[in-house]
Amino acid sequence: MPRGEPADTVADAVAVAERIGYPCVIKAQVLIGGRGKAGGIKVAKDGDEARAHADAILGMDIVGPHGEGPFPVHKVWVEEASEIDAEYYASIILDRSAKMPLVILSRMGGMDVEAIAESDPDALVRLHVDPLLGLKHDDAASLAVDAGIDEDVVEAVAENLVKLYGAFNDFDATLIEVNPLIVTSDRRVVALDAKVTIDGAALFRHEELAAVEDPPEDPQERMAKERGLTYVKLDGNVGILGNGAGLCMSTLDVVANAGGKPANFLDAGGGSKADAIVDALEVITSDDKVDAVLFNIFGGITRCDEVAKGIIEAYSRVDMDVPLVVRLDGTNSEEGLKLLAEANLEGLHNAETMLGAAEQVVALAKGSA
Amino acid sequence: MSIIVGNDTKLVVSGLTGREGSFHGLRNRDYGTDLVAGVTPKKGGQDVEGVPIFDTVKEAVDEAGANTSMVFVPARFAAASINEAIDAGIETVIAITEGIPVHDMLPTYWKAKEAGVRLIGPNCPGALSPGKANVGIIPAQFFSQGSIGVVSKSGTLTYQIGNELKQAGLGNSSIVGIGGDPIVGSDFIDILELYENDPETELIVLVGEIGGDAEERAADYIAEHVTKPVVAYIAGFTAPPGKQMGHAGAIISGSSGTAEAKKKAFEAKGVQVGRSPSEAAGIAAEIIR
Repeated sequence: MPRGEPADTVADAVAVAERIGYPCVIKAQVLIGGRGKAGGIKVAKDGDEARAHADAILGMDIVGPHGEGPFPVHKVWVEEASEIDAEYYASIILDRSAKMPLVILSRMGGMDVEAIAESDPDALVRLHVDPLLGLKHDDAASLAVDAGIDEDVVEAVAENLVKLYGAFNDFDATLIEVNPLIVTSDRRVVALDAKVTIDGAALFRHEELAAVEDPPEDPQERMAKERGLTYVKLDGNVGILGNGAGLCMSTLDVVANAGGKPANFLDAGGGSKADAIVDALEVITSDDKVDAVLFNIFGGITRCDEVAKGIIEAYSRVDMDVPLVVRLDGTNSEEGLKLLAEANLEGLHNAETMLGAAEQVVALAKGSA
Repeated sequence: MSIIVGNDTKLVVSGLTGREGSFHGLRNRDYGTDLVAGVTPKKGGQDVEGVPIFDTVKEAVDEAGANTSMVFVPARFAAASINEAIDAGIETVIAITEGIPVHDMLPTYWKAKEAGVRLIGPNCPGALSPGKANVGIIPAQFFSQGSIGVVSKSGTLTYQIGNELKQAGLGNSSIVGIGGDPIVGSDFIDILELYENDPETELIVLVGEIGGDAEERAADYIAEHVTKPVVAYIAGFTAPPGKQMGHAGAIISGSSGTAEAKKKAFEAKGVQVGRSPSEAAGIAAEIIR
């Protein structure tokens, strides 16, 4: 039995915690199960946490798993945090190669899964789930047996896995990782900590989750998001815009090969119109680190004359104090180049090829740095 | 011969009455693709510039003889539209739509597999067999008929490489965009197999990018099953880990899915990798001459 003492005031609870040492667990004393789920069990790492948890738990109302109660909490039990009998690891990920969800289970939880995979690969057992059939309880139980889960909790672990799989589907998750999945000293199986990744493409049917999402911290990334642009901040000084994700990634690489450091990834999209170009140029140049900008456009659906109009418009609206290298190729490139030549914009350079454009922008960025 | 689309293609476009669907569907027809029908629920009996519209894909198959479907409907309805095409007996489904939730695509992927339906995409530019048929949004003017098969995760990057090949006087048997989503109907391997068996194709250009391990698996497949020369290009050497680079699937997770690892996988199997699109096109041109 772990050492522990009861307390009925916050001050008493903290005093007990100080005597026992940290970490300790503060548990609501009520005659009903499910108190952990209800927030009635908390681990405290120090005195401040012990005070906060005791304050929150004392006086709270706990409702049982089948709606029993409410049971007001008048007393807590403070004990040393040794009630964890075992720590397991459980996760469900989207396996892109297999095109199936993959359930991973290990009897060695509480640590980094990549560390487990490295030190003891046999300790991780895996099960692919046919998305047309779902995860069956019996298969989950066999997996738990294979993982070497304690016999008496195999059923409970299987139940947890099936529930996790349900959540994986219901919330459009691409990852759910429970680490640790613990067995308490009274042999209950509890998910102590979880990490979840939701598919961004599915947020339209999870408004409650979309609201949880924090706006990006980086000012340019936030600005780009507000304007519906696909932008990723990097740490160089060459601002980059390409049309299409692949061409844009390729442009970053070619600039790096030419000795430059890209400042960002910005995909102007398949059918870039003038307004989008203005928006994009504003985002790129709002980054003080940018010394020169490269527009690499290969017009397919995108029309180069539209891009040229966007650039001309941007020059009239944005204070362009850095040079811009433009490579326009593909659909309507001749018209686009003609428009740019007629506009005679200061600091604008044309390049014929992607490689030439990269070399030119790198030289300009170095010259102004 | 060619792969995925060709002279036998009889196309039905789901979403032909929409702005994008009609623009690209009719463009495909102008190219010479046999566009036999459009499908939009409750608009059956109408027509778009002479192309009959049906309520269901089944009717388009039964009454217009459609064997290939192009899906252009909005993301949230797209998987249902692919499923409908599979149930209607379509042989090839080309899904252009971007942003379909992966949990919609998982069951749809397996449904197509079990029905023996070839699914290309989603989030892809489609397939073009120069001189024969174009299904999707690939601008055909940058490609001419020839013997190089192209398979790519990216659209614009493919146009870039195709254009360089064309300027070098080389053409293509087919160009297939497999799409940049985490779950796509056909992987590099599926398309490599078709090119290997296509007598018109003499060389294959593979355009990959960061994320997943489709390139690594392709490298293994090439070593074992492909006798034709393959030239690869990979985008995303400068991409930071954990950031989605435009395509939903283009993300380095932890230490896996990097461009460097993919390049090494190809080179270990004797596949030449160009450092830029131009270099990849140049290598291809050199081999085929």
